[in-house]
Amino acid sequence: MTYKTGVAMKKNHIRSKTLLFILSIFSGIIIILSFVLDFSVNPLNYAAGYVLAPLQSGINQVGGWLSGKMDYFEDNLNLVAENEKLQTQVDELTVENTQLLQDREELNSLRDLYALDHKYESYEKIGARVISRENAGNWFSMFTIDKGSDDGLAVDMNVLAGAGLAGIITEVGPNYARVRAIIDDYSNVSAEISETHDTCIIAGDLSLIDDGRINLVKLDDPDSKAKIGDTVVTSNISDKFLPGILIGYITEIHTDSNNLTRSGYISPVVDFKSIKEVLVVTNLKQNTAE
Amino acid sequence: MRTKLILFATMLICLLLQCSLLPAISIASITPNLMIIFTVSFGLMRGKRSGLILGFICGLFTDLMLPDLFIGLRAFVYMYIGYFSGYCYHIFYDEDIKMPVLLTAAGDFVYGCLFYITKFLLRGRIDLIYYIRRIILPEMIYTILLTIICYRIFLLLNQKLEKMDKRSVGSFV
Repeated sequence: MTYKTGVAMKKNHIRSKTLLFILSIFSGIIIILSFVLDFSVNPLNYAAGYVLAPLQSGINQVGGWLSGKMDYFEDNLNLVAENEKLQTQVDELTVENTQLLQDREELNSLRDLYALDHKYESYEKIGARVISRENAGNWFSMFTIDKGSDDGLAVDMNVLAGAGLAGIITEVGPNYARVRAIIDDYSNVSAEISETHDTCIIAGDLSLIDDGRINLVKLDDPDSKAKIGDTVVTSNISDKFLPGILIGYITEIHTDSNNLTRSGYISPVVDFKSIKEVLVVTNLKQNTAE
Repeated sequence: MRTKLILFATMLICLLLQCSLLPAISIASITPNLMIIFTVSFGLMRGKRSGLILGFICGLFTDLMLPDLFIGLRAFVYMYIGYFSGYCYHIFYDEDIKMPVLLTAAGDFVYGCLFYITKFLLRGRIDLIYYIRRIILPEMIYTILLTIICYRIFLLLNQKLEKMDKRSVGSFV
């Protein structure tokens, strides 16, 4: 009896070692394949996303409901104070808005005169809900939204949240899409300072996310015209980002040691910690640039 | 077969939680790693072979769900984590919480370092101390906390499964 179990154990032992060896080689091959071929959207991934996205959004709703209930009491206290403050702001903004509307009318008619196209108003947008914040691995700032190719989304479409640029779609399935936020370590956005029209690169950095900042690098600004508080928008140069979308404001700027370029930090207008609904611009840069 | 199906379903549930619920309860934008807890727990409770197979499948599915690494790297790491947890199968009692905690901590640390090396160090982000302090260690600690809760649940599940296996073997004989 003891002998038998001994043999069984030994056999099991050898088999598991062989299995380990085989699977190691197998995963090694997959790693090399995925490294060489870069199949970020493979059929399996697609299938997994297809099945899991609805489940995710279900769980997410439950979670959202729970946290909503918890927030309810906390928020109630703040709301009264905030409401008063907002009311005054609404009044101010209404006045400002009417003025701006008049200005826009005037601008449009002037643009018509100059035969310029109405650049930014014509972007078509659809709303989507964030169903999964993929810092599941803690290292990246990606999120999944609940619309996909069935709703007309495609890779490289720009994603806005509130007033500013939130990210870009990197992968799309029938009922979900993955978005890389601009604060992600892998994100690089070609941008320009809207006051001076100098171009720069907005490069995400993991170690700056806690401070709520993003790197601004390679600012081509020989006359040092850019200053703190200037607006940073996406530039015309990018082949993926549509021009003129607000990214953020400069908070710090200094000249690089090469004395040619400047770099610094911006603070984004989007609050990436509490992003819930986004707008996807369905115009692609590749198509709009005729 | 039924055991395998139940284990697979448990893994899928864990994966779903990892992708949706756990980010919602993250502290300081650090999410615990439930998949490592799953791998270590079942490796420890079911032995090397189960550990390495479960780890491999677990890693592969996580790779497919979160394609931020090279596909297969997680499968590789989790497989070894499961395998080494399986080494302790004969040495330690299931009920002892110290061993899974220790193994999860070690596994998560190794996983974090490997992730840093492949995705950040190779791109010239050399501030290892920052990444350890900000991400790897907090993730480890949070994962340990979660282990203390989850291991008990996994233990109960495994006891049920083993009872079920014994019963089905008995009825077969």
